Amino acid sequence: MTVDSERTISLTVNGVRREATVPVRRLLSDALRHDLGLTGTHVGCEHGVCGACTVLVDGDPMRSCLLLAVQLDGREVTTVEGLAREDNRGGSVLHPVQEAFRECHALQCGFCTPGFLTTIAAGLDKRDNSAELTEEEVDEMVGGNLCRCTGYANIKKAVHTANAAMRDAR
Amino acid sequence: MKPAPFRYADPGTLQEVLEVLSVEGEGAKVLAGGQSLLPLLSMRLAAPTTLVDINRVPGLDAVEATGDGVTVGALVRHNALLHDDPAARVQPLLARATANVAHPAIRNRGTTVGSIAHADPSGEMTAVLALTDGSVSVATPDGVETIGWRDFFVGPLETSVHGPAVVTSAFFPALPARSGTAFAEVARRKGDYAVCGAGVVVTLDADRRVETVRAAYLSVGLVPEVHDLTEAVAGSSADSADWAAAGALARTLVDPDGDIHASADYRRLLVGVLTERTLTSAAAEAVGRSK
Repeated sequence: MTVDSERTISLTVNGVRREATVPVRRLLSDALRHDLGLTGTHVGCEHGVCGACTVLVDGDPMRSCLLLAVQLDGREVTTVEGLAREDNRGGSVLHPVQEAFRECHALQCGFCTPGFLTTIAAGLDKRDNSAELTEEEVDEMVGGNLCRCTGYANIKKAVHTANAAMRDAR
Repeated sequence: MKPAPFRYADPGTLQEVLEVLSVEGEGAKVLAGGQSLLPLLSMRLAAPTTLVDINRVPGLDAVEATGDGVTVGALVRHNALLHDDPAARVQPLLARATANVAHPAIRNRGTTVGSIAHADPSGEMTAVLALTDGSVSVATPDGVETIGWRDFFVGPLETSVHGPAVVTSAFFPALPARSGTAFAEVARRKGDYAVCGAGVVVTLDADRRVETVRAAYLSVGLVPEVHDLTEAVAGSSADSADWAAAGALARTLVDPDGDIHASADYRRLLVGVLTERTLTSAAAEAVGRSK
């Protein structure tokens, strides 16, 4: 059993196989930004409170500031850059949650937005969109993310709008 | 901030984990979900020389529910326990309390046993382990020992386990017959650390009169506290017991500290309010389970 100060890891980020050699103390949030050049993931509080750095690990929302990069060896990570989908015409289309944020004016300064988008995308992708989306469900979905600009009303509106769009697209 | 430098190992067996912990000595720390440990590292409140990650150890991610109780392995995430129906049937406090642990993104990674080993008196699952009179299993190079909650929790963020050791599971005894439970907390924002929280168990006799009342509180002492409130309502009918009297009794039994979030008096007030509120709900459930 090796006890290391540095390791080379291999993980899938937004569908692309990536490798990096990192000090073992490197947080996933920093590895994404500094080692892999994916600056869409924002670092706010760096102790798990604000939710800005939330990414999906094997599909589940997690705080990237509360994971060590070495723990992601062999795992699959989705960041905000990976939410858009191919449109089968050589371009890409935004995730319904991203569209809804634009439509509902659910972002102002945008710093917290990547964390909201990943969290809500995972939440809506996993649910049966034909079932009624309750306010409690929306509160639970976004309750772990802080936004200092919007007052949350438009964010919650965007969650409903995205859910309706995903239901209608079925 | 960033964690201070440390070394890292992620052994594939429990035996290897214990070996690495033995070799690395006092400065080594076990890493499970890391949702409490990593903030401590980033804020430089802790600076272990070595992190021993147990996430690759097989066999630690099971929830086993039997008639006696629920055994929760060291790698069971809060979210898995929250949605484990057999466990909720045997001991309903598990899902009820887990729903109050932080936010979904934290619950996807954080572990219930890790939260217990972290021994934070504001932790939901430390309180539930105490309220259910539970215990933990601890693996050391000498074998596995079972430690009851009273002997396990020593102080804030401190347990009686030292040296090379891993808490491999926690055992929560089953809810007795004719009993009901409830759990509630007050926090500044949902998912924040509770300013005060309460979990209760009400047990009725065969005539649906109150037999025992037990309550555990969060964020009111240095270690989880369980108080027997039976004397305030013993023998009363479950439908008409004076739960406010039980709340008043509870207020005289606790000795909370004040801090930046709440004064000691406010916490004591909340103990009374939450006790009455949870007991009312738990008694109604106990009646339902007595039919």
